[in-house]
Amino acid sequence: MAVTYESIATQTLGSAAASITFSSIAASWTDLRVVFVGTGSSDLYMRFNGDSGANYSGTGLYAWETFLPITSGRLTGARAIDQDYFGAGLSGTVPQFYFYDIFSYAGSTYKTTLGSISADRNGTGVASRSVWLWRNTAAITSVVLSTVGTFNTGTTATLYGIKNA
Amino acid sequence: MPSTYTLIKGETLASSAASYTFTAIPSTYTDLVLRVSARTDAGTANDNLQVTFNSDSATNYSMTRLTGTGSAASSLNASSQNWARVGWTDGNTATASTFGSMEIYIPSYLASQNKPLSSFAVSEQNATAANMDAIAALWRNTAAITSINIISNNSGNIVSGSSFYLYGVKNA
Repeated sequence: MAVTYESIATQTLGSAAASITFSSIAASWTDLRVVFVGTGSSDLYMRFNGDSGANYSGTGLYAWETFLPITSGRLTGARAIDQDYFGAGLSGTVPQFYFYDIFSYAGSTYKTTLGSISADRNGTGVASRSVWLWRNTAAITSVVLSTVGTFNTGTTATLYGIKNA
Repeated sequence: MPSTYTLIKGETLASSAASYTFTAIPSTYTDLVLRVSARTDAGTANDNLQVTFNSDSATNYSMTRLTGTGSAASSLNASSQNWARVGWTDGNTATASTFGSMEIYIPSYLASQNKPLSSFAVSEQNATAANMDAIAALWRNTAAITSINIISNNSGNIVSGSSFYLYGVKNA
């Protein structure tokens, strides 16, 4: 029986690192999901196929810090998916949960990603939902999560594949 | 091949209950996903559900919340709570035969670290009293999660027909 929801790869950092890479992603699934839980020193970035050109854009809805009004925003001409543009960046001590759903990643159209940040810190925090576009028609074969500085030891990222048939 | 996404336990209530609890959650997964369809008999159109873990009712929970009502959007931050609010659901005066829906994702529920979780909850009633929530919550406890208790925030009973399904997700 075909497996619908499958773990492709997972990494848990045994020491601090500046990035987590998932490479050689086969075109075997329909959609991808990335689940990230961790701590660090700056924003969490995601890039596809090593593309650091200004080919990413996003729209977000978020609440940030103590009791701010809900806010929406847009980022164009970005060089990565930067959910923390609608957030506060990683905490050095409180684990934060980032979720990415990447649709039709092996198709020949531009790629859409839905993102969420769940980053409450007991008194401050971020709740964010965003949508992103990578303006490239190539199939996604690699996903790189990175930050300025490092992800701390114990940070975990998992890549899942979801099949539609 | 081991299954990545597995139903641990699920139930649709045949009669109303003051709460719903998952116990003896196995330690064989990486993440937990709780999917709920619920209505309560609290005397309001819009109730909230809240969860506690491992019978911890101390002030170890907090949340940051986005809410939309169809006419307004708002945010809320609450610290040092006795429970984690996981979103709106339908109460006794909501449009008949409507139930709120939510998905709660708890990553790394076994890790020796504080536990972040995410909830997305919706309550659509074809009426002015409807809500959508995106919630970031935190349980400040480094223990593995072995039980989850869900109750109404307004002391209502969870009515018959409500359902609770807990799934385990393995990352390897």
